[in-house]
Amino acid sequence: MPLPRLIPCLDVAHGRVMKGVSFVGLRDVGDPVELATFYSAGGADELVLLDIAATPDDTETMTSVVVQVAEVLDIPFTVGGGVRSVDDASRIIESGADRVSFNSAALANPSLITAIANRYGSQAVVVAIDAGGGVVHTHGGRVATTSKVLPWAMEAAERGAGEILLTSIFHDGQRRGFDLELTGEVRSVVSIPVIASGGAGNAQHVADALRITDAALIASIVHENPAGLPGLRRELEELGIQLRPLKERV
Amino acid sequence: MSDVVVVDYGAGNTHSVRAALSRVGRTSVVSSDPETILAAERVVLPGVGSARSAMHHLLETGAASALHERFAKGDPILGVCLGMQLALETTEEDGGVFGLGLLQGHVKRLTSSRVPRLGWAIVEPWGDAYYFAHSYGADSSDTVATSDGISVAVQSGSFFGVQFHPEKSGAAGLEILEQCLSLV
Repeated sequence: MPLPRLIPCLDVAHGRVMKGVSFVGLRDVGDPVELATFYSAGGADELVLLDIAATPDDTETMTSVVVQVAEVLDIPFTVGGGVRSVDDASRIIESGADRVSFNSAALANPSLITAIANRYGSQAVVVAIDAGGGVVHTHGGRVATTSKVLPWAMEAAERGAGEILLTSIFHDGQRRGFDLELTGEVRSVVSIPVIASGGAGNAQHVADALRITDAALIASIVHENPAGLPGLRRELEELGIQLRPLKERV
Repeated sequence: MSDVVVVDYGAGNTHSVRAALSRVGRTSVVSSDPETILAAERVVLPGVGSARSAMHHLLETGAASALHERFAKGDPILGVCLGMQLALETTEEDGGVFGLGLLQGHVKRLTSSRVPRLGWAIVEPWGDAYYFAHSYGADSSDTVATSDGISVAVQSGSFFGVQFHPEKSGAAGLEILEQCLSLV
């Protein structure tokens, strides 16, 4: 098994990182390129850039962000938000992202999963599931659909998804820990990896998630903590989680 | 003339490989033109896409012959991920495809409990962690390194292939890239 992954998530709107990251020493806390570099240097295993505005007007802005991030990063990154077609996915991947993530578009048109997987391989396809009360939600968690989470996760995997990004909308932002039960259930019905998301408040929460699944998406826990990612990594290692050994470039 | 030719097989993202090459001080060009492949100092066969369309593209453009020619001369070629797999004899991907046959062995669907195998894993005997994203793996007597019991680096003559993505593996990846490119 590969080592458990820590994946900081940057919410981007109109080319800027939202939810300010409170670090000293950054010239521009809203610059996605600078933050991506910062987290990569801090030991992130991967990054997610989520375009939370994703209006058609923003397409060019986001593409340019992807190009610039790809230029500086030497770890993989996923781009989500605004992926509605194979062309959208192509634009993002051919601009340098490793993977695309999408939620509403997959639900509305599940064949999109297969189409993107056929073109770029399953490893490039992350299906995001916003779960609450056993059903899938869309529109940033505001709209409940009638699709049940577990059957949808299985269908997404069968159609070619390479990973599931599972957010518990009731846990998200609460900082009381991940929804371990839901994460375990989803992971038990699919044979692709699952990223747990929503609810990390401290290192113990992240450790609990990494013991039962493949990766954890983290946001405010590293954005708002001055010790940031290196501190979290140290705490996790003290809790017995084996993370990838970091190497300095000589 | 560029230092390195990144062989194009129409599969999209060659940005990361080129960015990594420039980080280790190499200029590069992306091409499937046989003349360009024959002229470049070093050859990298990158790794994103599907086996069938990649092989089709390599054969159709003449890139495959150019690769054979350089291999026969003992010129260094680095294969990454699918680029490594294509150097073997066959792959099970896409219902079965013949590879370039530069190395002995076959590519098979992974039998790991979770596929795709995604994330960082330690490679032995080197001891560093590298980033993997694959559903198929090599079964080859030319294996020189493994990870979780899977063949992840193969070498025969002047061809060196890695299953992981050195361009996405931080400092450890750049180090391997540098070493491979400095082979005489």
